[in-house]
Amino acid sequence: MDERTTSLPSLDGLNRQHRPGSDKSPAPALWELRSRPIDEILQKRKGLRRKLLENPALRPLRVAVLGGTTTNELADLLELLLLADGFRPEFRQSDYNRFYEDATVDVGTLVDFKPDLVYLHTHFLNVSRYPSPGFTEDDLQARVSDELQRFKGMWESIQQNLHCPVIQNNFEHPPFPAMGNLDSTASGGHTRFVQELNLAFAKCAAADRRLLVHDVNSLSARMGHARWFDWERWYAYKILTTPEASFELASSLASLIGATLGRAKKCLILDLDNTLWGGVIGDDGVGKLQIGKETPLGEAYTAFQRYCLSLRERGVLLAVCSKNDPEIARSGFDHPDSILKLSHFSSFQASWDPKPEGIAKIASELNLGMDSFVFVDDNPAERAIVRGQLPMVSVPEVGSEVAAFPGLIQAGRYFEMVALSQEDLARAEAYTANSARTALQSKFKDYGEYLDSLQMVAEVAPFKPVYLERITQLINKSNQFNLTTRRYTLAEIEEIANDHRFVPIYGRLSDVFGDNGLVSVIIGRLEEAALQLDLWVMSCRVLKRQMEFAMLDMLVVAAKAAGASKITGRYSRTPKNGMVADHYRSMGFQLVSAPDDLDHSTWELDLSTYSPKTAHIRIL
Amino acid sequence: MSRNSIIEELVPIFRDVLDQPDLELKGETSASSVDGWDSLAHVNLVVAIEKRYRVKFALGELQALKNVGDMADLIEKKVSKS
Repeated sequence: MDERTTSLPSLDGLNRQHRPGSDKSPAPALWELRSRPIDEILQKRKGLRRKLLENPALRPLRVAVLGGTTTNELADLLELLLLADGFRPEFRQSDYNRFYEDATVDVGTLVDFKPDLVYLHTHFLNVSRYPSPGFTEDDLQARVSDELQRFKGMWESIQQNLHCPVIQNNFEHPPFPAMGNLDSTASGGHTRFVQELNLAFAKCAAADRRLLVHDVNSLSARMGHARWFDWERWYAYKILTTPEASFELASSLASLIGATLGRAKKCLILDLDNTLWGGVIGDDGVGKLQIGKETPLGEAYTAFQRYCLSLRERGVLLAVCSKNDPEIARSGFDHPDSILKLSHFSSFQASWDPKPEGIAKIASELNLGMDSFVFVDDNPAERAIVRGQLPMVSVPEVGSEVAAFPGLIQAGRYFEMVALSQEDLARAEAYTANSARTALQSKFKDYGEYLDSLQMVAEVAPFKPVYLERITQLINKSNQFNLTTRRYTLAEIEEIANDHRFVPIYGRLSDVFGDNGLVSVIIGRLEEAALQLDLWVMSCRVLKRQMEFAMLDMLVVAAKAAGASKITGRYSRTPKNGMVADHYRSMGFQLVSAPDDLDHSTWELDLSTYSPKTAHIRIL
Repeated sequence: MSRNSIIEELVPIFRDVLDQPDLELKGETSASSVDGWDSLAHVNLVVAIEKRYRVKFALGELQALKNVGDMADLIEKKVSKS
């Protein structure tokens, strides 16, 4: 018997423990599912699916998959990942290689399906016409334009008929370049053509926020074409990718879809000793820390700090959770080679308490849910404690080699984003300003005096076109101060903004520390003499600032102007919005639904006796 | 490895992929005699078997298979060659 067969794992364990239906282990978390071997996932897919479907809080999601290859395997894997991310996806897949027809002439068959998004899963071999070797530069540009028009036709047809975002794969470089190196430069080279076409897709996506490019080109390059393409499976089943590549595709796609629906993580929590610098600051002192250009290890920590800073610059918050004396911990950032400075951290928790307690303090200081956090620590014991006690926190298995940290964090795809808004760029500053507000608060005896000192100015007005993107973003990522947790697409928000039956208002708030941006949205719908509130959300950044008073005062004005004599509101409990269970009562509404079911309550406000409540905010 | 011992090893793979905890396999079991063993499940079965035995089936090898016994014979042949 040869070595391979003898080295196979025993199947006894498989037989005993993994009989479908008899497996009592809990449903896997998303990060854990991503790290499982693909053969195990494909083999146990149906059992995993059954277990993940037991989650009662899954959010429905309808996805049309239009493929240039067979898409079943990809959709199966995507389903598992989306289930683990809290969605209950329903798929409609086009028949093999019918993507063009289903997106254009037959798009009517998708109208009834009402997809939340359409995914165009195309590969390099779904390009209809490649250039010929004798092409001139003009021939090449004309061919790029022709091919682009074909894809544009699909995107426009989908957006016009289905009113939903489109996710479009860009293309792998052709795996067999006939001209070798010249293939990437010659006007007739297929590699050159794909590069031009991918660039054209990128420009379209940059100009259209409802078109998202799924970067298959980079994905396949990172994996390597030898591990990406599977020609046996292509000829046998019309699946172009290896099972590993299908999983990589599904994983990347799930992150992109999650990001469009507000699932991305918001904050990176970092340990200090041997995570952000080499050495133990309490023992070694600042001078002996490994950071900077002096040693290879120091360079690696510098590179990791630079990576963290790059995340902060695009809107990810940074926080510290370290077992250290606070003063000593802070002094580490005085090291002249430290890329990160104290001011880059929106929350800084250094103490000898268990890390889950530190993370809880960060959560309350930043007003973020536990599922907003990614925790990075070189110590496996700390990772295990956090995983055990705070299962909602993502804890990547980063190991203890700092050189590998960026790659391992990146592989989790935690901070995927679909567009970079001004809010993202300003977010870290806004949260840092919030910490300053907290410090100021402790100086005042009276809370009203504190609020006055903030010199708050609110702008509350009907929806404006320039804010619709931010309004949609806020609606879809607010979980705590959210009365109904209704979600809206950008297209729906655009319709509501233009429909006179709706009274939709937004609120911005600025103060002495800076602009908090657009932080609250209410959508009211006129039903005869009542204004029915379908939605009321507010960013937790501005909790306890009486911004809700300013919103209601202005809403009442708008409701009266629209002819309403009362406002009715509804509260529906979710696992996250307990903080607003009593919101309507505190706003002066009367309970009209049954008093024994406060998890789903209805409230009413009589406008004839209403008097304005705002005392500490100047409303523009 | 004998044909029968390979078939025995295939049982848990088939049970998982087809999500049928009580499925039994014999040499003459074929796709038409097992509920759910359709072309999609077949792709998953092939991947699971290839990974389990660290082999890769060539084009044409799979087309010739009529039942589980044929598959076990093919696995035995590939494993002993590798």
